[in-house]
Amino acid sequence: MNFQLPDITPMMPELLMTALALIVLLLDLLIKKKEIIALVTMAGVGLVALFLFGPPGVTFGNMFVSDGYSTFFKLIFFINVILTVLISIKYIAIERVNYGEYYSLILFSTIGMMIMASAGDLIVLYLGLELMALSTYVLAGFIRHDLKSNEAALKYFLLGAFSSAFLLYGISIVYGLTGTTDLRAIAAFINERGLDENFSLLLSVIFLTVAFGFKIAVAPFHMWAPDVYEGAPTSITAFMSVGPKAAGFAVLGRVFMIAFVSVKVDWVAILIPISILTMAIGNIVALSQTNIKRMLAYSSIAHAGYALLGVITANNEGLASVMNYLMIYAFMNIGAFAVIIMLRSEGFKGESIYDYEGLSKTHPLAAVLMLIFMFSLTGIPPTAGFIGKLYIFMSAINAGYTWLVVIAVIFSAISAYFYLRVVIYMYMREPKETVVLTTSFSNGVALGITTVAVLFIGILPSFLLDLARAAVKGF
Amino acid sequence: MEQVIMNQLGYPILSTVIFLPVLGALLILLSRRSWEMLTKWLAMATSIATFLLSIPLFTNFDKSTHKMQFAEKHTWIPDWNINYFLGVDGISVLFVLLSTLTAILCVLISWESIKTKVKEFYIAILLTTSFMIGVFCSLDFFLFYLFWEAMLIPMFLIIGVWGGPNRIYAAIKFFLYTLVGSVLMLVGIIFLYLYSDRTFNILDLMTKTYPYNMQLWLFWAFFAAFAVKVPMWPVHTWLPDAHTEAPTAGSVILAAVLIKMGAYGFLRFSLPLFPEASKAMTPVMLTLSVIAIIYGAVICLAQTDLKRLIAYSSVSHMGFVTLGIFALNIQGLEGGILQMLNHGVVTGALFLSVGIVYDRTHTRKIADYGGLASVMPVYAAFFMVFTLASIGLPATNGFIGEFLILLGGFTASKLAGVLASTGIIIGAGYMLWLYQRVFFMDINKKVMGLPDMDVRETITLIPMLFLVLWIGVYPNSFLGFFHASVQHLLERVNMGGVQEANVAKAIMEVIR
Repeated sequence: MNFQLPDITPMMPELLMTALALIVLLLDLLIKKKEIIALVTMAGVGLVALFLFGPPGVTFGNMFVSDGYSTFFKLIFFINVILTVLISIKYIAIERVNYGEYYSLILFSTIGMMIMASAGDLIVLYLGLELMALSTYVLAGFIRHDLKSNEAALKYFLLGAFSSAFLLYGISIVYGLTGTTDLRAIAAFINERGLDENFSLLLSVIFLTVAFGFKIAVAPFHMWAPDVYEGAPTSITAFMSVGPKAAGFAVLGRVFMIAFVSVKVDWVAILIPISILTMAIGNIVALSQTNIKRMLAYSSIAHAGYALLGVITANNEGLASVMNYLMIYAFMNIGAFAVIIMLRSEGFKGESIYDYEGLSKTHPLAAVLMLIFMFSLTGIPPTAGFIGKLYIFMSAINAGYTWLVVIAVIFSAISAYFYLRVVIYMYMREPKETVVLTTSFSNGVALGITTVAVLFIGILPSFLLDLARAAVKGF
Repeated sequence: MEQVIMNQLGYPILSTVIFLPVLGALLILLSRRSWEMLTKWLAMATSIATFLLSIPLFTNFDKSTHKMQFAEKHTWIPDWNINYFLGVDGISVLFVLLSTLTAILCVLISWESIKTKVKEFYIAILLTTSFMIGVFCSLDFFLFYLFWEAMLIPMFLIIGVWGGPNRIYAAIKFFLYTLVGSVLMLVGIIFLYLYSDRTFNILDLMTKTYPYNMQLWLFWAFFAAFAVKVPMWPVHTWLPDAHTEAPTAGSVILAAVLIKMGAYGFLRFSLPLFPEASKAMTPVMLTLSVIAIIYGAVICLAQTDLKRLIAYSSVSHMGFVTLGIFALNIQGLEGGILQMLNHGVVTGALFLSVGIVYDRTHTRKIADYGGLASVMPVYAAFFMVFTLASIGLPATNGFIGEFLILLGGFTASKLAGVLASTGIIIGAGYMLWLYQRVFFMDINKKVMGLPDMDVRETITLIPMLFLVLWIGVYPNSFLGFFHASVQHLLERVNMGGVQEANVAKAIMEVIR
């Protein structure tokens, strides 16, 4: 019997991250000052990031893949963690939920995302997805004494469990059909047996689309998003709007582009109407929102619609454009949440857009930053949001979907209205009551990073573009 | 590098002119909020320095060539083959100068009238100036689009923050109209980029020929952006609101430079990139132009608001410009370009003038005025000159432009020419009637005892007065700038254009 231990070097970041999460969990018992735990979390993530750029490799019998594609997504997750922790430190103290578990849950959720990005097998994918989802359910309901937060967690959990069932159902059909859960083996089997026209295969593609569509919050599987985004702690809303969405796109890209590559036509045909519907619902419903978190929830739905265009192209350039977009989205969206979170102070919610009236007069700096993020989310140059959209549109037009891009740009012009509304309230209305901002050093750092990133990528995007293109090479 | 003359001055003059205002804006940003005087002087110094630095563009311009001059080219985003590529030719150079001049006047006219958020205001003005100059200098589509869109942000704020009572509505309308047009153009730009092996280089794109069907689609995609900006009928409706509600400086920027960008876009992109589509669409464009001319003029007769009246007169006058451009002959094109300048000067001056009385009375209603000629005689004299220039009286700049356009218009289509000239007649009607209601008749109680213009205000108007007379008496010093470029453009649009240009030359000799 020749038993060999699997090579663990490709999954070093995941292992270290798990160790970190456990250390943070233990530290919580020993340390009273939770700020230190936050610092340990960030420092730890920074250290683990050093191991990200190891040589590509495959382990556990093709179940776990570490390649440029997964590394790029993990980079997004790491940025997401660090920025989320930065904006959380003061905020969770104000919400009176300053517990150490908060940080370890964020880490566990991130490990889930990392495993998703690296999954070369449907079972591993499911494992990562559940780890991510379960941690996020808890985080969404982290403000125990707030009914809205409880509602958000419960809703997220119930619908999430439902979507997991879809995923499992889809996986089991694929397994029944092909006898394997390995992505490349599935592709090979479909090719070999000529299963392109098989009805069951199509059914499993549909089930998987539903499951992934739930995670990335595209219409018509978006219903949970506004309620959960509104009810969850603001820092977690920021976290959720970036991390799980990016992870969802990671698995969507890998599963559809590798396992189901020969039924491209089918899933593209499914994704096109979903993308249009998503852009329509996200942008139009956002127009009438007065709660800023809810508005950004719809905006996040709409952005998933734009990003889907890149997947629809079904080529490497399209994938690179999606990845580029998600990275940019991470910066601009968390940046916007970093401003929103400042409005929350003891006894003041600060979630209504009316609270932004006259902000430019009382807090000019915060107003300017919000202005930058709003214009970036609209996609106006010279901000990063423009670069993101441009790349997506370019790849979509190159793949022959000019008409779809025309629809997308019209919706993105419509979206200008609700982003501008925030600017209008800040700049063109007089302040009714003085809003006290909760400033903290860590939140300031988060704002600094995101602002610089949004402007820098907007003017000199080469670095990021190179990175995204290198990441999909040989995918 | 055959199509361009690399920077002949030895220093990057275009970059300097574009980014100096940004530098000024940064300095203002860093200055202390309570030192308003410093802010104003910084803005003034920056705008004057920018203007002075742009003067070599005028004096050192080589009028004998159609090539791009003062060019600069640097690699910017290699992944997408994007270059930082600047240059001006005869069509664009004068607009750079107009922009830098306008910036000074805007700072001057706002000196007293802007009292809130002073810092932000001057930052917005300077940034707008910078982006406007950038639009006229860009030879790379990406760079062009960047400036084109970025300009919306400060302009949106200028209208929405410092504007009149209905400013928010006007600002949103302005933003959304232009954005919808621009994003459609963006799709067109991307399409063009992918079709021509991924290049954003405008000069390279112009050397290629595109299939007719594609030209047609792209022509309309670009039309969406440019027609909104001009604005052409029927997408003009944002203009009266934006013009009326914007603060004086905002109206001046809009009138003098911003709406020229639409017409500039037609000249720079639509005609040379899609020549066959442009020719095929001439009837449509001429019709729209004539409608704009007559409709704008008739609507003017019914206005009760000073700024709104001038705004609608802009619709009418810009109709002349597009008429001239799509006449597609040398007189029409040269007249169109000259009229763009003229309209910038005259309408800019009219908005400045309205701003001067508005600061005193805080009303824009025509009915609130009357008898101003005896209250503010110097002001009345200035306004008279601008009114006459707007009508197109000989010896003012308006005459030259409109004459050339009508000449070109008649050549292209007799009917269009005839109909367009009725616009001039109505134009004389509403402008003179306006002058009568505001300056003659009994002195309205509301304007009784108003002080005449002070030194600052007089200085603001003098450059415009000077330009009105200069262009009116000796247009050659400006026509000479774009002659070579226009001829080259016509050759590109029209293979028979060479011959036509010769005929035109003969006619031009007669005019001169």
